Amino acid sequence: MNDTKIRGAEIVIKSLVAEKVTTLFGYPGGAIMPVYDALYDYIDQVNHVLTRHEQGAIHAAQGFARVSGKVGVCMVTSGPGATNLITGLADALIDSTPLVCITGQVASHLLGTDAFQETDVVGFSMPGTKWNIQVRRVEDIAPAISKGFYIARSGRPGPVLIDITKDAQFALGEFNYTPTFKVRSYKPFPQVSHSMVAKAAELINSAKKPFVLYGQGVLMAQAEEELKAFLEKTGTPAACTLLGSGSLSEDHSLYVGKLGMHGNFAPNILTNQCDVLIAVGMRFDDRVTGDLSRYARQAKVIHLELDPVEINKNVKADVPVLGDCKESLSLLIEKVQPNSHQEWLDEFLQLENEEKAAVVSRDLTPTKTGLTMGEVVRYVNEFKDDDAVLVTDVGQHQMIAWRYFAFKSSRTQVTSGGLGTMGFGLPAALGAQLHDLSRQVICVVGDGGIQMTVQELGTIMQTKAPVKIILLNNNFLGMVRQWQQMFFDKRYSFTELENPDFIKIAEAYKIKSSKVEQREDLSEAVADMLLHDGPYFLEVVVAKEDNVFPMITTGCSVDEIRLS
Amino acid sequence: MKKFTISVFTENFIGILNRITIIFTRRGINISGITASESREDGIYRLTIEVTTTDEQIVQLVNQLERIIDVIKAFYYEDDQVVFQEIALYKLPVSSLDPGLEKVIRQYSARIISAEKDFVVIEMTGHKEDTQELLSILKKFNIMEFARSGRVAVSKPMQTLDQYLQ
Ligand SMILES: Cc1ncc(C[n+]2csc(CCOP(=O)(O)OP(=O)(O)O)c2C)c(N)n1
Ligand SMILES: [Mg+2]
Repeated sequence: MNDTKIRGAEIVIKSLVAEKVTTLFGYPGGAIMPVYDALYDYIDQVNHVLTRHEQGAIHAAQGFARVSGKVGVCMVTSGPGATNLITGLADALIDSTPLVCITGQVASHLLGTDAFQETDVVGFSMPGTKWNIQVRRVEDIAPAISKGFYIARSGRPGPVLIDITKDAQFALGEFNYTPTFKVRSYKPFPQVSHSMVAKAAELINSAKKPFVLYGQGVLMAQAEEELKAFLEKTGTPAACTLLGSGSLSEDHSLYVGKLGMHGNFAPNILTNQCDVLIAVGMRFDDRVTGDLSRYARQAKVIHLELDPVEINKNVKADVPVLGDCKESLSLLIEKVQPNSHQEWLDEFLQLENEEKAAVVSRDLTPTKTGLTMGEVVRYVNEFKDDDAVLVTDVGQHQMIAWRYFAFKSSRTQVTSGGLGTMGFGLPAALGAQLHDLSRQVICVVGDGGIQMTVQELGTIMQTKAPVKIILLNNNFLGMVRQWQQMFFDKRYSFTELENPDFIKIAEAYKIKSSKVEQREDLSEAVADMLLHDGPYFLEVVVAKEDNVFPMITTGCSVDEIRLS
Repeated sequence: MKKFTISVFTENFIGILNRITIIFTRRGINISGITASESREDGIYRLTIEVTTTDEQIVQLVNQLERIIDVIKAFYYEDDQVVFQEIALYKLPVSSLDPGLEKVIRQYSARIISAEKDFVVIEMTGHKEDTQELLSILKKFNIMEFARSGRVAVSKPMQTLDQYLQ
C-alpha cells in the first residue's frame, strides 16, 4: 500500500495544482527545501518565479491577484524568509487581496526552542492575515491548503498563511484533495435583505441629487455591469475611490471623477451637497472622507457592503444593505425608476472646469521649464492600449498617475492603497505582467520607492516580463517634501536624495532603457517604450519641487479641498 | 462608558484566543476579566470577556470578533441582560481563625473549603463588589493570598447557538 503514499512536500504541490495554480512566486531556504525538491518534478505544470527578495515575491503575488481576480500564491522558507512577508501580508489584508502564502517551518520537535531559523510565524502574522495555521502532520497539509484557498478568495478576500513543519513535508501520506465550499464558523456572503433594498430604492427614487461612490468592492464582486446599468437607469453621477478606479470607464457620461485627498474638485465638494449618497463596495477610508464630523452630514447614506464590520464604522448608514453588491445592485435596478439629473450633473461639470483651469492644464500641458509628472502620463494615455494596466508605487507619482491615467476597463490599476507601501510597485508590476504577457503593464515609480525593491529588476531580467517601467525622478521623497513645504516651513528634513545612475542600473540588468530630460524628447520616448517588445526602463527627470493638487489637507472637510 | 459582557463562541482552534485578544489590544481596550470554558455544544468553546467601553465601540468590537474565521458567534450584554457569578478564594493563617472570623464567613455566605496545618482557604461566590468587600474585611485577619476568577455568565435573552451552526 505504501506505493500510493507520497511526501508531504509533494502533497503541497499537488494541492496547488488541484487549485489550478499556474504561477507562484517564491524563494527557497532550508525549511522549505523538500517542497522545492518536489516542485522540480512539476515545472511543466506550475511556473515558479524566483524573485530576489521575499517581499518581492509577496508583492508580485499581490499584483498577480489584483489583475486576475485569482488567488496569488507565494512560498518561502522559515525565519527571515517568513518575516520578509509581513509588509505584503499587511498590505494584502488592508486592500482585501486574496493570497495563499506557504512558509516552511523547522521540524515540529524543535518548535519553541529557538532552533536555527525558527520564528513564531503564526504569531507574527496573526494581525496581518485573514486566517493562518501551522501544519505539523502530513495528513493535515491538503485540508489546510484547501481551506486556505477557500478563505482567501471567498467573502471579503484576504491573505492566508500556511506554515508547514519540515517533518510534515518529509512524512509520507495519501493524497486526496477535497475542495472546500463551507467552513462552519465562517459566513462569507450575508443574505441581501430585500426590505433594505426596498428602502434604498425608495430613497433613490425620491432623490434630487443622488451621488454614487464606488470602490474596489465592485471589482471584487464583478459587478461592473450592474453598476453601469444602475447608474444609467437612475441617471446618477458616480465617483470612484483609489482602488475602485476602472470599474466604470472614465469615458462614461456619468463618471464624474475621483474621491479623496488628491481626487477631483467636483466630487469632493459635491459630496457635501448631494441628498442621497450611495456607497458601493467602499469603506469610507479617512483619505476619502477628510474630517468625518463634516462629511456628507446633509445626505441620507445608503451603504452596499459585504463586510458587516464596515457598516457604520466611519459613516453611519441610514440604509445599510449588507451583502454582495452584484446581487444588491441587481435587485435595486429592478426597483428604481428611470430618471435623469442633468442640472445636478452640470454642477459637476462646472467645478470640473474650475479644476481644469487651475490645476489640470498646468499639470498636463505645462509651459514653464521643468517636466511635470502629469505630462508624462498624458503621453502614456496617447500611446497606451485601452486595457493597459497601471501599477504604481507610493508618493506624488502615484497620485498624479492615478489622477490622469485614462482608465477604460476593469482591473487596470494596481497600487498599494490602504497601507501605502513604498516598494510595492516594481514587484507588483512583475506579478501583474506574468499573469498575462500580452497585456501592457505600465509601472510608474518614484526615485525613492524604486530603491526599496530595485532588486526585482533581476527577476524582470530573468523572466523577460515585458514590464514598462517609468521612473519619475524628482530627486526627492516628493510626497513627504510636499508636506514639509506646506506644513513644516519648507524644512526639508531628510527628503532630498543623492541618487545613483538609474540607467546604469537598468543596463546592469540588461533592460533596455532611456532617459528624458527635455520636453521635446518626451513624446517619442514614451512611444518607443510602449512599442518595445520586452521590458523597458524609462527615466524621466521631472521638476524637483512640484506639488500635487487638488488637496484636502488633514483635518479639513471634503468641501474645503484646495486647488493650490 | 459602560460595562459589557461579551460571549464569544469559537471552534477549538489553536491560537484563537490570541486572535481575539489582538482585536482588543488594537483598539486599546482593556480586558478586565476573561474566562474560557466548554459550551453546551460538543467541541464549541465559549469565552466570557468583560470590558468597559462605549455603545459604538462594543458593536464594532463584536463585529470584528465575528469576522475571525473560527469565531462562530459573538454576543454582547449589559449587566442586567446576564446572570453571572465570580468565585473568590481567600487564604488565611490558621491563627486568624476565631469567632469573629467565623461570624464574617457566615455573614457573607462564604465557606471554608480547605483546612491545612498552617492555613485555611475560604471560598465565596458572588459579584465583584461583594467578594471585594469581604477581601477588605479579611485584611484585618491577616489574609495571605487572594484570587478571583473572571465572570461566568449565561444570557437572559432566549436565543441559542443552534441557528448559527448550520
Ligand atoms: C515603506 C514606506 N516608507 C515610508 C513611507 C512614507 N512615504 C510616503 S510617500 C514617500 C516619498 C516617496 O518618494 P518617491 O518614491 O521618490 O516618490 P515621489 O513622492 O517623489 O513621487 C514616503 C517616504 C511609505 N509610504 N512607505
Ligand atoms: Mg521622488
